[in-house]
Amino acid sequence: MGFEFLWEGLLSITPQQVVMYVVGALLIWLAIEKGFEPALLMPMGFGAILVNLPLSGVINQVSAGVGETHGIIQWLFEVGIEASEAMPILLFIGIGAMIDFGPLLANPKLFLCGAAAQAGIFLTILIAAGLGFDIKDAASIGIIGAADGPTSILVSQTLKSNYVGAIAVAAYSYMALVPIIQPFAIKLVTTKKDRAMRMPYQPKGVTRRMRIMFPIIVTAIAGLVAPSSVALVGFLMFGNLIRECGVLTTLSNTAQNDLANLITLLLGITISFSMKADQFVQPQTLMIMGLGLVAFVLDSVVGVLFVKVLNLVTPKNKINPMVGAAGISAFPMSARVIEKLGQEADSQNHLLMHAIAANVSGQIASVVAGGVVLQYFANLG
Amino acid sequence: MSENVMMALEMMGQGMLGIFVVLGVIALLVVLLQKLDGKKKK
Repeated sequence: MGFEFLWEGLLSITPQQVVMYVVGALLIWLAIEKGFEPALLMPMGFGAILVNLPLSGVINQVSAGVGETHGIIQWLFEVGIEASEAMPILLFIGIGAMIDFGPLLANPKLFLCGAAAQAGIFLTILIAAGLGFDIKDAASIGIIGAADGPTSILVSQTLKSNYVGAIAVAAYSYMALVPIIQPFAIKLVTTKKDRAMRMPYQPKGVTRRMRIMFPIIVTAIAGLVAPSSVALVGFLMFGNLIRECGVLTTLSNTAQNDLANLITLLLGITISFSMKADQFVQPQTLMIMGLGLVAFVLDSVVGVLFVKVLNLVTPKNKINPMVGAAGISAFPMSARVIEKLGQEADSQNHLLMHAIAANVSGQIASVVAGGVVLQYFANLG
Repeated sequence: MSENVMMALEMMGQGMLGIFVVLGVIALLVVLLQKLDGKKKK
């Protein structure tokens, strides 16, 4: 009687799979010990180990005598992400229900900060294309600069990028690292005097009618200019309408908590399907991690420089240049970074509400950016 | 310049223009609605 079956699995482990076990363990460690986006990185890390076990039962296998067996993670990926991008899109209902656009509606000038900070996406696409990546892969890599995990997953999956796993890991890792990346990038292009610039906060009442009309207006305008953004923007704004309409409190609470938690729980482990050793362990993964960092730095730098130019053009009611860097979508980490840097420069400087306004503008701008990138390829035919 | 880089430049032009148009029009409409709401209150 042969006992080979006991060590058959062990002997068939490849060096690339060992690398993935290390990557998985690293993600779990970052999530648990360092608190980096634990809701996503922990499931992704565990999933990276699961899908890379030899003959893993969580992905489809064909074996002699049994035929084809279906794996749960592959099924979740094919149904929840590949077929319809349902998971990232449904997550936007929860995100929309969580966001209070009030500070932005009270100071509409800050909409421009969200728009400007998306420049990092396109500059990174340009760099990635220059480095020799295929244009669809370059676009998918650039979208890491949206600082928005679901948008990165959706765009890279829709464009059938070869690097969905690496892009998702980079997007979520750098979002967790915003408190380290942004101070470095902001200090590159600001002086202490810039950072100490005060902005008076005059809270204006935002009417209920305005709050209700806002998600409808955003969806209509984004849909008309970039129809490919409708799924992203529409579901984000649907969630926000549920929150603001005032008659769906239970649904709003469900979207903010139960729905968002359930999708997040499944999204991390599902995306790990794209972290199979043969796809993930390649030199391009390291390049993608580097380009993701570049995208976050460029977002912040361009955001700051844009506000400096805006202040020259409109000297009345100047904006603290750091608020421009909050135009990335990493909400609310980026706004907190700006508040902290402002107080470091002047202990009485309170920028939080302005930074939150720019930050939620970045949330809208990042999904529009995802939409316009998809629209570009749709127009190519 | 390679075709990919040209496409990336074109995407950057169209993309940033699209984002600024969308966000700019939304901001203008928000200002307009605020003014209308302000008039009604008066």
